[in-house]
Amino acid sequence: MHPAPSVIVFTSISGLGFGYFIWLGLGIPDLYGWEAFAAFFVAYAFSVGGLLASVFHLANKKNAIYSFSQWKTSWLSREGILSVLALLAFAVFAIGRIFFATALPVFGYLGAALALLTVFSTSMIYTQLKTVPRWNMPINPVLFLLYSVAGGALLSMQPKVAGVLIVLLTALQVAGWMMGDKRLAESGSTKGTATGLNTIGQVRLFESAHTSRNYILDEMVHMVGRKHAQKLRMISIVALGAVPAALLLLLPPNLIVTLVALASHVIGVFASRWLFFAEAEHVVGLYYNRD
Amino acid sequence: MTMLPTHTEKKLGLVIDLDTCVGCHGCVTACKGWNTQNYGAPLSDMDAYGADPEGTFLNRVFNYEVAPADGGASQTVHFPKSCLHCEDAPCVTVCPTGASYKRVSDGIVLVNEDRCMGCGLCAWACPYGARELDYDAGIMKKCTLCVDRIYNENIPEVDRVPACVRTCPAGARHFGDLGDPDSDVSKLVAERGGMDLMPEQGTKPVNKYLPPRPKDTLDKQPPKALETVAVEAEGFLGWLDKALEKL
Repeated sequence: MHPAPSVIVFTSISGLGFGYFIWLGLGIPDLYGWEAFAAFFVAYAFSVGGLLASVFHLANKKNAIYSFSQWKTSWLSREGILSVLALLAFAVFAIGRIFFATALPVFGYLGAALALLTVFSTSMIYTQLKTVPRWNMPINPVLFLLYSVAGGALLSMQPKVAGVLIVLLTALQVAGWMMGDKRLAESGSTKGTATGLNTIGQVRLFESAHTSRNYILDEMVHMVGRKHAQKLRMISIVALGAVPAALLLLLPPNLIVTLVALASHVIGVFASRWLFFAEAEHVVGLYYNRD
Repeated sequence: MTMLPTHTEKKLGLVIDLDTCVGCHGCVTACKGWNTQNYGAPLSDMDAYGADPEGTFLNRVFNYEVAPADGGASQTVHFPKSCLHCEDAPCVTVCPTGASYKRVSDGIVLVNEDRCMGCGLCAWACPYGARELDYDAGIMKKCTLCVDRIYNENIPEVDRVPACVRTCPAGARHFGDLGDPDSDVSKLVAERGGMDLMPEQGTKPVNKYLPPRPKDTLDKQPPKALETVAVEAEGFLGWLDKALEKL
């Protein structure tokens, strides 16, 4: 799949923002006044910034308002609705804490639950697609949620909790990559089933339907990134996992250490999210690939 | 709502004969022509006269080579591909705006262009590459089964079929109700062993493909090599051969 910057930024940044909200909603850390203002400013900037980035991905933005209508079947629609509800719940929660020194825990817990569901819906937009076997597996929602909660723990300055979550996340991400590598073969889709010609023999592309590129190739038959996949996996393991985990768990906790760990982690998240898209094979490629 | 209907009154669709198709791309051109001038936003071309032209098409023809497992001669198969109007259309249920829908009356899958926001998720959900986002209009385009022809009483009855079917010079494309077991298309599918594309995706396509008929088996065993007539040249040619050999 085409690793569009808008979608990489959207999933990474909004995941971090909602992850931060989850912890803030639980009252960790327990902030009021200006401190609360700073925390909620960051959480809103990340989550709303991420959602705005996703709007840049739309080719016909004027109809975006209709995307709140199809919650019965569409995960994208559910994500939109849940994100707005989460942001509204946190608006009440944040106003209480910033201006009235009031905790309003009900809105915090409600917001945290909605933020968690928002991240889950984001993951399901990808996980639901049978056409992209690498995305279509149960570990993907778990990974999205862990990315969000671990990043949120880092933002909420809990070095030890974040360190442990990051170790768990890295292990599961490596497992996810290994499982993902087998998914296309496991899906059973081949050039033979795609053309129905497997009953006759081995199918090979003789001539493509078009000599120039088109939307399908631009969007779904992205090949460039796979060449460096192994190197990028190493880079993202080191940046998102090894470096922050070592800093957070081995060094005495202080602000500088946590910020360096956060910077490294965010770089790793971007690399891993880039791979999430670039490595994902869409079965429509079976009609086009020469092999 | 983007919920799929539990039942459609008809299952209108195409039957494509891979044995008869000659790969002329006539259906591609007819489709582009009709659907650019009629229902919905036109199918645009980008950089049409430039170095890197590309455009939106609802139907495209691939060519595949199939090598039989028993080592017989390979054959070329021309392979037109367009929306299969699936019964379990994944493109419909993923749509967040309600722009994608499947009609109860005839089973045709359509896009309401006044609601589409161009997110592209439906194209991601389609295994067949049947939906293309139009880069000019910013909305998703797909085969409409020529809804503006098949019910159109302003055109002669013979033309009330999809443009691709009407134009096919080989008679490789057939249109009808695949939900009616007594229709001509259903009989054709039963007779020729019509098949689904990527059945493992669980989309239950309405369109069917008729596989190429078995080829004759004459060239399965290659003809015997000709026997060598003269092993060694004699006479003048023999002398010449030896003389040249020595040079």
